Amino acid sequence: MSTNLGMPAVAPPGVGHLRGTQSFPDAARGALADSQLRRNLGHATRVIRTKRASVVAELPDWEQLRLAGEALKTATMARLDEHLERLEREVTARGGVVHWARDANDANAIVTRLVQETGETEVVKVKSMATQEIGLNEALEAAGIAAHETDLAELIVQLGHDQPSHILVPAIHRNRAEIREIFLREMPGVDPALTSEPRRLAMAARAFLRERFLRAKVAISGANFGVADTGTLLVVESEGNGRMCLTLPETLITVMGIEKVVPTWQDLEVFLQLLPRSSTGERMNPYTSAWTGVTPGDGPQTFHLVLLDNGRTATLADEVGRAALHCIRCSACLNVCPVYERTGGHAYGSVYPGPIGAVLSPQLTGVEDNASLPYASSLCGACFDACPVRIDIPSLLVRLRAQHVDAQRARSVPSAEALSMAAASWLMSSPGRFAAAEKASRLGRLLGRSAGRISTLPPPLSAWTGSRDAPRPPAETFREWWARERGTS
Amino acid sequence: MRIALFVTCLADALYPQVGRATVTLLERLGHEVVFPAAQTCCGQMHVNTGYQREALPLVRHHVEVFEPYDVIVAPSGSCVGSVRHQHAMVARGGGDGALAERAERVGARTYELSELLVDVLGVEDVGAYYPHRVTYHPTCHSLRMLRVGDKPLRLLRHVRGMTLLELPEAEQCCGFGGTFAIKNADTSTAMLADKMRNVLDTGAEVTTAGDASCLMHIGGGLSRLRSGTRTVHLAEILAGTEVGATTELASETLAPRQLDAPAEHTVGEQRVEFASESSTQRLREAQPTERSEGER
Repeated sequence: MSTNLGMPAVAPPGVGHLRGTQSFPDAARGALADSQLRRNLGHATRVIRTKRASVVAELPDWEQLRLAGEALKTATMARLDEHLERLEREVTARGGVVHWARDANDANAIVTRLVQETGETEVVKVKSMATQEIGLNEALEAAGIAAHETDLAELIVQLGHDQPSHILVPAIHRNRAEIREIFLREMPGVDPALTSEPRRLAMAARAFLRERFLRAKVAISGANFGVADTGTLLVVESEGNGRMCLTLPETLITVMGIEKVVPTWQDLEVFLQLLPRSSTGERMNPYTSAWTGVTPGDGPQTFHLVLLDNGRTATLADEVGRAALHCIRCSACLNVCPVYERTGGHAYGSVYPGPIGAVLSPQLTGVEDNASLPYASSLCGACFDACPVRIDIPSLLVRLRAQHVDAQRARSVPSAEALSMAAASWLMSSPGRFAAAEKASRLGRLLGRSAGRISTLPPPLSAWTGSRDAPRPPAETFREWWARERGTS
Repeated sequence: MRIALFVTCLADALYPQVGRATVTLLERLGHEVVFPAAQTCCGQMHVNTGYQREALPLVRHHVEVFEPYDVIVAPSGSCVGSVRHQHAMVARGGGDGALAERAERVGARTYELSELLVDVLGVEDVGAYYPHRVTYHPTCHSLRMLRVGDKPLRLLRHVRGMTLLELPEAEQCCGFGGTFAIKNADTSTAMLADKMRNVLDTGAEVTTAGDASCLMHIGGGLSRLRSGTRTVHLAEILAGTEVGATTELASETLAPRQLDAPAEHTVGEQRVEFASESSTQRLREAQPTERSEGER
C-alpha cells in the first residue's frame, strides 16, 4: 500500500513489458548490426509509409480531421473521470461487469480470477496492446491457463517465443522465410511441405487457429474505443480473428486503458476515418466489431470490462505530457521514424516502441526507469506530422529529457555531461567569455594540421569521430572577421 | 532594410564563411547588415538535451541582444526554430512570464535566410552564379518546424550556371540531432549512411542545406569516406557571383577541411567590394552601443 498521498502511482516494476533490460543505445547497437532485421524493417516501413501517404492525400479535409481528433481527445481527457463513470454505468446497465485495475498486478489478478471462475484452462486472445503491456499471458501461464494469440502476427511472435516489435505489425521484424521456419518448428500438425508463399502461410495459420476458435469458451480482448454514452466497446482489425473471439466464446473479458474512452458514438465518425488510414494505409479496415453489454442468444453471455490505469493517471497529472494519452495506437509515427526504421521495436525494451513509445513508456513507468528512451530521437519531427491526433511528440520528448535532467540534479555528484552543460551555459551567457572560449578552441587547429580534417577526438567526442570527420577550427571566427573588416567588435 | 545578423555560435566559431556569405548576399541586394557583437548562442543544445535551467540565461541574453532590432536573420533553420518555438517555453518554465512575452516578440521578427529572402524581401533571383552540380537536403527543422517549404529550392532554381539534382528520400533526417549524434552514435551513423548513399546517387559534387550543423554531419561523413564531394551552405551558393567564384571554390566550403587564414581573407576582402561605401559607413554607425559585461 502506497503512503505517497496525492501523487498517482506509476506502472509497477517486475510485471509487464514497459521496461527493457538495456539502455536504448546498447540495445540499438545489436539491432543495427542485424542485416536481416534492417532489410525487413526498411522494406516494411517503406511500404506502409507509401500506402498511408496515398490514402491520406485522397482526403481534402485530412488536416481538419486531425484537428477534430486532437480537440475531441483534449476535451475527453479534461473530464476523463466523468466519462469513465458514465461508461461504467452504461456497461453495467446492459449486463456487463466493470472492474477497476490500479495497475498491471491488479489487472492480471482480476483477469486470472475471472478465467478461473469459468473453470477453463485456455483462452483465445484478440491482439491487444494493453494485455501485452501488463504481461497478462505470463500471468495466466503462471496460473496454469494457456493464452492463445489469434492475430496472425501475434501468433508468429508467440510461436517464435519472441516479443512484438511494432504496435500494429508485431512481427514486422520477420520475413516470410523466417515465418515458415517458425511454423514448421512450432505449429502442431503443420504440413511439412509448407512453402513461404504468403497464401500458404495464411492457410496454415487459419487451419491451426480455427480449431482453437471452435474450442474456446473464454476470450480476452483489448479495445480501440469505449463509448461512454452507450457503453459500447469497439475492436478495429483486419483479419477477422477478432470477430471470431468476440462472438464465439461464452465469456468475454476486455482489458481497456482508461484513456480509450470517447464520450459519444458520434466521436467515432472522426476516429474511424483517422485510424485505418494512419495505421494500415487503408480507407477502411476490414472488420470493425462493436458490442454493448450482453445480448441473450447472441454472442458471449458473460462480459467483463477491466479498466486499466497502470500509470495513466500519473501521466494525466502532467498538463503538457497528458497529450500522449491521446494516442490511438495507429503506429503511423513508427513507420515514419528514421530511428525506428533502423533499430526496430525491440531496442525500445517496451511494448510501445517508436516515437510514441519513447514518450509513453517513460511516462507510465516514471522517467528514471526509462531514462534513455526520450533521447532515442533526432527530433526530426516526422512523427508529429504523421500523428492523426497531432501529438507534438518532439516537444514531449524534450520535456521528458528536462524531467530526467532535473531528477538527476538530486545526485550528490553531477555527471560529466551536467558539468559541461553548466560550463557551456556560463561561457555562452557572456559575449566576452564566449569569444575567449572560441579563441581557446583554436587550439583544435593543431589537430588534423596535415590532413585539414580531424579524424580522432577524445571521449565523448570520439562518438562523433567514430564515423565522421570533424571540422578543423578556422583561423578567424566570424566575429573576428567582422571586427577587422567593419571596425567594431 | 536594416537587418540584424544572428550568425549562430556554430557558424561564428567553426564556419565563419557562412556568416560572411550571408553579409555579402544581403549587402549585394542593397540591404544594411548589422552584427550585434554581444550575441552568443540560442541555447538549443541545452534545451534539447534537457538542460532547460541552464538554457534560461542564454535565452535571456539572446532576447536582450536582439530586442532592439526589427528584422533578424540567421543562416540556420534549427536555431531560428529554437528562438521561435523554444525560447518562450524555457522562459515560462523558469517562471519568467515577462521574458517569455519578450522572447515571443523577438521570435516573430527572426527569420531563417530563405524565409527572409522570399517572404520579407520578396526576392527569388538573388543574381547568383554557381557553376556546379548541386543537390539540396531540406533540414528537418527548416522543413517541419519552420515550414519553409520549397523556398530554398525556389532560390536555388534561379542560380545561374548550376545544375540542381533531386535528392532521393530528401525529407529523411540525416541523423544529426545535436547531442543525439553523440548519445546514439550508432543509430545516427545508420541514418547518415543512407543519407550519404542518396547524396552520392545523385552524382552531385556539392550538397547544400540551410543549416551548417546538418552539413557538418553529412560533410563529416562524406569526408571520412573520401567521397570527393563536399557540403556548402545555401548562403554561400546564393552569395556566389561570376566575380570571385573561382576563389570561393578553394575555401568557401563546409567540408571539414579548412584552409588557413590568408586565403579566407582574400575572399572576405573581395566580398566586401559588393557592399557600397555608403552602406558600410551606415553599418558602422548602426552598431548599437557596446554592451559591456559589467552591465549584466
